[in-house]
Amino acid sequence: MSSCPNPHEEHERVLLGHGAGGRLTAELLESLLLPAVGGFPAGPPEGPLEDAAPLPGRPELVMSTDGFVVHPLFFPGGDIGSLAVHGTVNDLAVMGARPLALSVALVIEEGLPLSELRSVAGSLGKAAREAEVPVVTGDTKVVGRGAADKIFITTTGIGTRIPGLAPSAARARPGDAVLLSGPIGLHGTAVLSTREGLGFEADIASDSRPLHRLVEALAPVGARLHTLRDPTRGGLAATLNEIARDSGVAVEIDESALPVPGPVAAACDLLGLDPLHVANEGCMVAFVAPSAAEAALAAMRSRAEGTGAVRIGEATAGPAGRVLLRTLVGARRVVDMPVGEQLPRIC
Amino acid sequence: MKYLDEYRDPALARRLLEELRRTATRPWQIMEVCGGQTHTLVRQGIDELLPAGMRMVHGPGCPVCVTPLETLDRAMAIAARPGVTLASFGDMLRVPGSDTDLLSLRARGADVRVVYSPMEAVRLAVLHPDREVVFLAVGFETTAPANAMAVLHASRLGLRNFSVLVSHVLVPPAMTALLDDPDCEVEAFLAAGHVCAVMGCSAYEPIATRYRVPIVVTGFEPLDLLEGILMTVRQLEAGRAEVENQYARAVRRDGNIAARSIVEHVFRVTDRTWRGIGPLPESGLGLRPEFADYDAALRHKVEDLHPAEDPQCLAGSILTGAALPVDCPAYGTRCTPRHPLGAPMVSAEGTCAAFHAAGRTRSPL
Repeated sequence: MSSCPNPHEEHERVLLGHGAGGRLTAELLESLLLPAVGGFPAGPPEGPLEDAAPLPGRPELVMSTDGFVVHPLFFPGGDIGSLAVHGTVNDLAVMGARPLALSVALVIEEGLPLSELRSVAGSLGKAAREAEVPVVTGDTKVVGRGAADKIFITTTGIGTRIPGLAPSAARARPGDAVLLSGPIGLHGTAVLSTREGLGFEADIASDSRPLHRLVEALAPVGARLHTLRDPTRGGLAATLNEIARDSGVAVEIDESALPVPGPVAAACDLLGLDPLHVANEGCMVAFVAPSAAEAALAAMRSRAEGTGAVRIGEATAGPAGRVLLRTLVGARRVVDMPVGEQLPRIC
Repeated sequence: MKYLDEYRDPALARRLLEELRRTATRPWQIMEVCGGQTHTLVRQGIDELLPAGMRMVHGPGCPVCVTPLETLDRAMAIAARPGVTLASFGDMLRVPGSDTDLLSLRARGADVRVVYSPMEAVRLAVLHPDREVVFLAVGFETTAPANAMAVLHASRLGLRNFSVLVSHVLVPPAMTALLDDPDCEVEAFLAAGHVCAVMGCSAYEPIATRYRVPIVVTGFEPLDLLEGILMTVRQLEAGRAEVENQYARAVRRDGNIAARSIVEHVFRVTDRTWRGIGPLPESGLGLRPEFADYDAALRHKVEDLHPAEDPQCLAGSILTGAALPVDCPAYGTRCTPRHPLGAPMVSAEGTCAAFHAAGRTRSPL
C-alpha cells in the first residue's frame, strides 16, 4: 500500500495535515525539507529518522528539538509549558539518554495576558525542576497580534546516553516483544475535547509526563532493549509503522491487549477517530528481545509511569514495514499510517 | 465504559460466528446500508469470517460520498467569496470537487471552519455579524433534526447572515431504487440503527413486504453486526421477510417523535441527485418555502457550474454494491486517501476508505 512520496508541485500549499505526523508529514520531510537541509556533504541525512540525534563525533551526546503550538494553552492534565519540557525530555529518553540541559525559545503574540504567560512559564519551570533538567539558555520574541496563536514554544535538549543502551528505530528484530508502558489516546482526546467543548474533559486528562526515569529503569535490559519510541503525533499507528519501516520487520499487535481507556474509546467512537491514530505525550513503546521481555515489563511496572505496562504484540520477519492488528473477533487487518489531520465525521 | 465492552466481547463474537455457520445453508448476499456499519465490518474483519460464499454488499449509506459533486462545487464557489465563512463537519472538507477541496481552499485563504454541530455555525453567525456564515448541511435522516434546529434557531434569533446549503438524503428511497434494479442481487438488508433511532422503522415495513426482503435494524458495534447478520440469515433460511429490530436499546418503532416533528417543520421531501447513483425521486430533504431566506443556494447564487467526475472513478458501482473497491483499477494507485478521486475514498464512512484503512488489497493478507 505504501507508495513513493508524491512530488510537491509548486502551486500546492502547506495544509494543516502536513503537520499531523502522518503520511503527509513524512512526504513533506522526505521530498522537501530533508533534501534542503540535510547533508554534509550534500544530500539527505542517512539512516532512520529518530526523535533525537547523536552529535557528530560525540555519540554519547544526543540532541533534540521540538516546537509546541497547542491550542488551548491549558488542558486537563497539563499545559503548553509542561508539555514543552516533557516532549523534549521524552525525545531524548527514547534514544536512551538522560537529559542534561534544555533551551527554551518563546514566540509570544501581542496582547497575551501576562497572567497567562506567568502560568505557562511557571509550569515550564516546575516541569523542568521535577525532571531535574536545568533550562540553561533561551530566547523571547513578541510578534504582532494575529502573527502567532498566543504563544509558541520551542525547546531544545541535550542528553547523555545511559551506558549500555542504544535503542534505535532501526534495531527492532523479528521475535521482539512489543511493550507499551500505558494507556493510549489520552492526550489527543483531552486536548480536542477541551478545544471544542465536547464535554469529555471531566473524564479524560492528558498523559503528559517525563519518561526518562522509566528508561533508566530499563537500563539493566541493556543491548536487548532494541527500540524505544513515544507515540506522539500520528499515535501508536504512525510509531509502529515507522519502526517497522526503519527496522525492516513486520509488527503484529492484539486489539484485545491494547489499553484504550473507556472515555477515550467513547470519544473516538463519537467523532469517528481511531485511538491508534490519536496523540499521546506520556507513554512509550519498547521493542525488546524475547529473552528480556518479562524483565523489561517488570522494570516498567516498577515505575509510576509504567504501572499499566502491557505486552501488545511482537515483531515478525515480514513483509517488512507492515503492521497488522488481530481484531477482537479474530480477523487480521493492516494498521496504516494516518494520512493527515484527523477529521471528525458527520454522524 | 462497560457499555462498550459488552458489545465487543471476543468470546461472544466467536459464539455468534459459530451459530451463524450452523444456521447458513446457502451463500446469502446481505447489504449493510450504512457506512458506519461498513467500517465496523471491515475494521474488525467480520466480513472475512462469514460462512463460505456469504457476502456483505456495502451500501450507499455514506452521507459524504453521496453528496453531489455540484453541491460541493457550489459550496467551494461560495466559500471562495470574500466575506463568507463556510462551516461543515470535518470529513466534508477533504472531499474532492471538480477542481479542488475545501481544505485546499482554506490553505489558499478561504475562511473554512470545522464544526461539531450545526448550532456552532449559528454561533459563528452571531459572533461575526459582518460575515455571511454558510453551513454545508448534508447527511441522512440522522443529522436532519440538528440541521433543522439550527435553521429554526437562526430564524428565532432573526439572523440575517446565516444560511444552509442543504443536501439531505433519505435511506428508504435508495433501498427501493436498488431493489428495482433488475441486476440487484441483494437478498436482505441491515438497516442503519442511527437513522431508525430518529425516523423509526415503520417506513421499512412496506419495503420488506413488497420486495420480500428481510430487513434487520442493526447497531454499529461488532456484536451488533454479528447478531444483525444472524437474525437476517435466520429469516432468509426460514423464508420470512420481516422488519426486525436488533438495536432495541436505541430504536423504537416510531422513532423520536420530537426530532421527526422538527424535521417536518423545517424540511420537505424533494427529489435529490445522489453522487455516483444519479437522480432519485423523493429521496431528499430541502428547506420549506417559508425558510427560503436561509437557503444558501438562493442567497449566494452561483452560475456556470460544470461538475466533472474523474472518468476512472467507480464510485457509483461501489455505492450500489455492484463493485468492491479492490475491483477499481485506480484503487490504491491513482486513488488513495492522500489523493482521492472520489468521495468513497475520502470520508471516514466511505467503503473505499474503509478498505484502504484496513489494508485490503486484491490479494488476501
